[in-house]
Amino acid sequence: MGDYHLTHLKELESEAIYVLREVAAQFERPVLLFSGGKDSIVLVHLSRKAFYPAMIPFPLLHIDTGHNFTETIEFRDRLARSVNARLLVGSVQESINNGRAVEEKGINASRNVLQTVTLLDTIEAHKFDAAIGGARRDEEKARAKERFFSHRDEFGQWDPKNQRPELWYMFNGKKRMGEHFRVFPISNWTEMDVWQYILAEHIDLPSIYFTHERDVFYRDGVWLATAPFMEMKPKEKVQYRKVRCRTVGDISCTGLTLSTADTVEDIIQEIAATRVTERGGRYDDKRSEAAMEDRKKEGYF
Amino acid sequence: MEPTFSSRAYLDMELLRFTTAGSVDDGKSTLIGRLLYDSKSIFEDQLDAVKRASIQKGSEHINLALFTDGLRAEREQGITIDVAYRYFATPHRKFIIADTPGHIQYTRNMVTGASTANAAIVLIDARNGVIEQTHRHTYIASLLGIPHIIVCINKMDLMDFREEVYTSIKNDFQVFARQIFPAQDMRFIPISALKGDNVVKASGNMPWYTDGTLLHHLETIPISQDHDLKNQRFPVQYVIRPESDEFHDYRGYAGRVAGGFFHPGDKVVVYPSGIESEITAIDTFSGPLSEAHPPMSVTLTLKDDIDLGRGDMIAGVEPGLQVSCDINAMICWMNQKPLQINGKYALRHTTRDVRCIIQEVDYVLNISTLEKIIENKNILMNDIAQIRLRTTKPLLFDAYTTNRITGSLILIDESTNETVAAGMIV
Repeated sequence: MGDYHLTHLKELESEAIYVLREVAAQFERPVLLFSGGKDSIVLVHLSRKAFYPAMIPFPLLHIDTGHNFTETIEFRDRLARSVNARLLVGSVQESINNGRAVEEKGINASRNVLQTVTLLDTIEAHKFDAAIGGARRDEEKARAKERFFSHRDEFGQWDPKNQRPELWYMFNGKKRMGEHFRVFPISNWTEMDVWQYILAEHIDLPSIYFTHERDVFYRDGVWLATAPFMEMKPKEKVQYRKVRCRTVGDISCTGLTLSTADTVEDIIQEIAATRVTERGGRYDDKRSEAAMEDRKKEGYF
Repeated sequence: MEPTFSSRAYLDMELLRFTTAGSVDDGKSTLIGRLLYDSKSIFEDQLDAVKRASIQKGSEHINLALFTDGLRAEREQGITIDVAYRYFATPHRKFIIADTPGHIQYTRNMVTGASTANAAIVLIDARNGVIEQTHRHTYIASLLGIPHIIVCINKMDLMDFREEVYTSIKNDFQVFARQIFPAQDMRFIPISALKGDNVVKASGNMPWYTDGTLLHHLETIPISQDHDLKNQRFPVQYVIRPESDEFHDYRGYAGRVAGGFFHPGDKVVVYPSGIESEITAIDTFSGPLSEAHPPMSVTLTLKDDIDLGRGDMIAGVEPGLQVSCDINAMICWMNQKPLQINGKYALRHTTRDVRCIIQEVDYVLNISTLEKIIENKNILMNDIAQIRLRTTKPLLFDAYTTNRITGSLILIDESTNETVAAGMIV
């Protein structure tokens, strides 16, 4: 009997691979929710590892708000091709066109909340029974209580008070017709873990994660990118600055960081020195203290 | 940019999972808040939010407990209602805290948090000493096979940091704990979570205590022997068949090593068939490995073409793995609906799904007094009992005390699909 040493990142990787294999084993129609952000890119990488030498046994689904950075969309298409995965796109614009979703109005309008409608409609249309997401418990306090296998009722809703106990590593994915599960393989990873893993595994990222110059404006402590659909207040001025994204969502809610970091190593140094949480730059979380909890109950990612 | 943060050191850290147990007012949330705050794991925006909330509630100081405050219902009621997970890291280790509530009715949450923990922190209020809840929490930690117990005697500031208070509580604890687990790794630390004594920083108020802060213990507890490294156990999770030109006849058994070390060339036995074979390769995306051990996720290939699928087990040739339909288990009941004797349930054990019938309740345990109540057959939420059950297909198992993975099971109510019990095979 020997001793052994497994680093924490290897252990987290092993845990995530185990969860992904449970999904493939327990569900008939799983799908991986691909946002174009680093967490879902890591999920795709982990999925390749979990099923090697076979292909990833589920499609990727992107909910496109129509307000994404061009770089995200190009990267998404390239990645899906390179791993030979089927890519499905759910369009928020279509949900608005056919009256399923109503566009928000005003200065802080965002399509972020509308994604829930498109997501739930797409899950129902394809009869997906498990949707794999890149959410992490360290991101936000409502997520700290999320399970690996998170049950959703036939309306796609989460009931935080009535979650199934999750014991050892036995995930109970049993469900009734019309219900589905959200599965979060990297629940136990922190932002730093994700970046270190990207560095260690040489994982490619969209260019907007690295420093670049673009037109931005400042609102309520957050830098936002300009775009034709972004309405600005009279006093807000367009500035040309060196920025990068710390998280990637749609343009209306992705806060940009003033940064000159142009490698993963630089980003790691920046994060190690930063004293603001990752979601601190997310405009959508600022709406109220319980913003995330409310969105999650309704069926958000 | 001047590199200040070492990625090499970060990549070399180990992972420690621990759980916290304490009664409602033992200062558990404050302790976790203190660990996060003093280890600089709190970000400025979180700190600002907590400062604002503290002032709003009329508190003069930062209320450390607010850092771990989760859902709105809790914020309103001021109680923790479910297991929440917290993360922090020091240059030595990364930590996952399963933060579980201490109310009597929430035994199920503590069992959940304890099921994956390497260590348990048992909190005792120095003013009250060892109380009934301390017994419950310690017993659950022992039942769930947590290898290391750290007893924190908290609120020492309210007892003038007196050594005799600490010594007396430590003695009381040992007297009862040694009955439950004679060989347990147990450590005792006098702390004040509120003032920060002996949590992350050594206390100047208790010079008589020199055995290290709580964080020091968390960073140095040896955890490499926490898995069963002796008996080779590999529950097959998923069969990988690429059906591509390049890997035309490939058949790999994917899973997570549950015990022992596996190498190419090892002779193995496949259960339940009992057929012998040999490992030809340990495959991963990054290339083949010469060794796999818990808790690695790998893919094994075998020399012989055997009918083997999810729920089967690849094990060493030494005897030991038990194969039976008749199971004795300690269970923690987790559902509002009581256990039905002669009732049928779905049962999950490793990756194996079977059905079972509950045949007998041997006894219900009073976990405060450890008294076995044989007459009581009525198992309610949060009860702990020993039961006998019979499965439709044999389980391939070890005793829970030998292996926490191959010795554990869950019961699922087939009408609601809810997980209703956690079981530890005796």
